[in-house]
Amino acid sequence: MIEGQRPVTEFPGQVHQTPTGGIMTGAIADVINWARSNSLWPLTFGTSCCAIEMMSTASAKYDWSRFGFEVARATPRQADVIIIAGTIVNKMAPVLKRLYDQIPDPKYVIAMGACATSGGPFFYNTYSVVKGADHVIPVDVYVAGCPPRPEALLHALITLQEKIKSGGKRERIDINLDKQ
Amino acid sequence: MNREELQAYIGDLGAGLTFEEGGDWINFFVEPAAFRELMLKLRADEQLAFDYLFCLTCVDWKTHLTMVYHLSSTRYRYNIVVKSKLDRTTPEIETICDIWRTAEFHEREVYELFGVTFLNHPDLRLLILPDGWEGKNPMRKDYEDEVNMIKL
Repeated sequence: MIEGQRPVTEFPGQVHQTPTGGIMTGAIADVINWARSNSLWPLTFGTSCCAIEMMSTASAKYDWSRFGFEVARATPRQADVIIIAGTIVNKMAPVLKRLYDQIPDPKYVIAMGACATSGGPFFYNTYSVVKGADHVIPVDVYVAGCPPRPEALLHALITLQEKIKSGGKRERIDINLDKQ
Repeated sequence: MNREELQAYIGDLGAGLTFEEGGDWINFFVEPAAFRELMLKLRADEQLAFDYLFCLTCVDWKTHLTMVYHLSSTRYRYNIVVKSKLDRTTPEIETICDIWRTAEFHEREVYELFGVTFLNHPDLRLLILPDGWEGKNPMRKDYEDEVNMIKL
């Protein structure tokens, strides 16, 4: 843990017990980030085999609802995070951009797997694949793998949570990696 | 019919069929000129009843194109592969979309990706590729796209 920085998983403030209940104090921005990070609604957006792993992450065995992701939305207007699970082709790119634009702020993006990160196996000798989804929309967290295992996606989601809790903006990534 | 009987029966349907050995299914080449007539027979023959076209695709061998048709008989559980070699500069073959309706989309796909012209096709235009891709045929082996392709 970096000196002077609080653990990001705990409530960002103080809880004072009183005989009839309790009083919590904290900076409002920190409390909002804390609440926001624990209720991230993903957009159901999958373009290839990474979507299968994403569905596995959502279902009973890995169960991402343990971390506050269970409300997958089929419309961008109700979503907070878009998990780019799969290959983005040139024909799909404007659709992805429009979906991103329709998500209300604050919005977050996870690039899942090799295709969304860099084009992956389709980097060379293809006429149709976008070489990384970050050519289209800004990405917060990248996940390696082809496709990544559900554990890797869970790790990425938790990393995104820590980024939000630590007040990280897209321009300023200061995740506390040594929090243990 | 077992495999040998089926192969002999199909061999009698049309002249000039070249059978290939090996492989799970009977597969053979037919001349483009005799192609449509043979396909009509395969569909209509009561002993065969190939009522299901489950794959239609094309292969670019750099020297020529090969059309590949997978047929199945749901009545007798036969599976066969019909192939036809096409000239690479002006590839043309008769449509079969009036025999198996599913071929209408498949032929449009082969048309946009390989540039094969299907004669008498009712609606031969691009299927998935956006406008502006007419005549570019991205699945040809010699296709190059200077903007998007990174060569290994």
